Amino acid sequence: MTTTTTTPLQKFTVPVLLLAALAALCFGAQSGMMNLYVQSVIMFMGINIILSSSLNIVNGYMGEFACGHAGFMAVGAYVSSILSVWLFADDAVFGTAVLSPSLAVWLFPVVILAGGVAAAFAGLLVAVPSFKTRGDYLAIITIAANYIVKSTIENVGAIGGARGFMGMGRVTKAMDASLPLPWMMIWVFAGTVMTVWLINRFVSSTQGKGIIAICQDEIAAEIMSVNTNKMKIVAFMLSSGLAGVAGGLFAHVLGYVNPGSFTIMKSTECMVMVYLGGMGSLGGSVLSAVLFTLLLEALRPLQIIKWVVIPLMLVLLMQFRPEGIMGNRELPQLFPKLKKFYKFK
Amino acid sequence: MALLEITNLTQYFGGLCAVSDFNASFEGRELMALIGPNGAGKTTVFNLVSGFYQPSEGSIVFGGVNTRGMKPHEVTGLGIARTFQNIRLWHDMTVLDNIRVSQHYHLGYGVADNFFRTKRYRQREERIESTAMEVLEALDLARFASELPKNLPYGVQRRVEIARALSLRPRLLLLDEPAAGLNSADVEGLISLVRWIYDNYDIAIWMIEHQMQVVMNLCTWIKVVDFGSTIAEGTPEQIQNNPDVIKAYLGDDTI
Repeated sequence: MTTTTTTPLQKFTVPVLLLAALAALCFGAQSGMMNLYVQSVIMFMGINIILSSSLNIVNGYMGEFACGHAGFMAVGAYVSSILSVWLFADDAVFGTAVLSPSLAVWLFPVVILAGGVAAAFAGLLVAVPSFKTRGDYLAIITIAANYIVKSTIENVGAIGGARGFMGMGRVTKAMDASLPLPWMMIWVFAGTVMTVWLINRFVSSTQGKGIIAICQDEIAAEIMSVNTNKMKIVAFMLSSGLAGVAGGLFAHVLGYVNPGSFTIMKSTECMVMVYLGGMGSLGGSVLSAVLFTLLLEALRPLQIIKWVVIPLMLVLLMQFRPEGIMGNRELPQLFPKLKKFYKFK
Repeated sequence: MALLEITNLTQYFGGLCAVSDFNASFEGRELMALIGPNGAGKTTVFNLVSGFYQPSEGSIVFGGVNTRGMKPHEVTGLGIARTFQNIRLWHDMTVLDNIRVSQHYHLGYGVADNFFRTKRYRQREERIESTAMEVLEALDLARFASELPKNLPYGVQRRVEIARALSLRPRLLLLDEPAAGLNSADVEGLISLVRWIYDNYDIAIWMIEHQMQVVMNLCTWIKVVDFGSTIAEGTPEQIQNNPDVIKAYLGDDTI
């Protein structure tokens, strides 16, 4: 209800905790308490959170079955990588840097957002067919979109084709040189917080609830004045745009991208995280992305057997808790007492 | 000018003629019924009027606007709201949210307003919520605001669906078998509810109904369809004594 007042505690808990977490991460990375491996795991955690919560918009809230998330991630990764290398680094293909590398620190978010916008427009590739198609048929279209993106990149020689594209390492080095902070950690953190914040705002508004109505009864939604086509475009573009942001961050964390990273396997990982956390639960997506990343790392000693154990765990999860960890609910619904301490909006 | 003017409406599904040469006109505030045996094409007429189907032939003009080619949500925006024969609430969304989402047409803010929680967003959301609560209170449903519809009794679900349609502030309300599946106490409640809505809102109501108790109590004008064609129309008294209607419902008594 709108009439409830916000106490100072509720108002400041989340920002203070987030700032503290960011400060701890920066300190840990700068002082060498966290080695590069730990840092990269934490950054992949953030990227996975963006991927799973953005896919949750379409697969969870809107109830479609989109399985080409990695394709949009690839669009974002390539567009932002090419932009950042062209602008801030000397490169064999693009020549000398267009702007001074010292500007990289400030313009990096713009570059990442540009990748996101490009990916959002790529999302139209799926959004427009979704007007008339749904369910299994739309799933096939999303797989096709994934392949279209991947194969297109593989066949463009100028950006490395199947060999991949590199040079982003020089940009991240330039950022670290101009101000000695763990910049990629900061940007991944910012991207993650922004994603969760945007999605939460979207799905808690009357506008965003339109897509939940589409999930539960599309005909009723259309008849009760929800412009379903427009809402589908918004949902798909938001979802794929945020996947593009994740892709851009992913490319810059690794310093190298190749089309092989964005296969259907990667899309499947995104879907696994959504269903693990619970469809239509933002908290679930965040939690499952964290757990999934840790699980992948914890099972690393098993090497190739890992991909036997993880799917097996999924089978068991689907058997005994098909609704996922959170199961269509958010944290305050599971623990009503938490409401006293924080408010996230 | 008539509120709703339906002329020569015809709808084919493949070779089947579901509605043939249907005419109707609403001058303004009226309570009209559309009756007929099962499969007569009543719901098809409603689906055509609400824009869910595009008519094969004929025209539907609402408030001077021809609705041909309009999407259902646009037709709803013109001021036609409806309920469904089998209740189609969003069952995993609270009653309040059901009513809020139904005001999408009156949203008045964009995605950017939503992300930045602008003043316009806050004003509009407040207005949407207060409209929703007003409607819920008017229909004595406020205590169910935070319940999920699937957990409510059938009769209450019917009322929520009517509340959802009313929250769109329609000029024409289509009720598709509102008394279906209700017990006799609920039917009494429904009759007084529809009467109350008609008295308190500036609204025309058109209902499909099988229960003659409801139709005869409420409606001032009745249209009877069978096999897609209109076989009779008139006041309740005229319809009750019309031999064609009796034949359609009870069959011929000659051997």
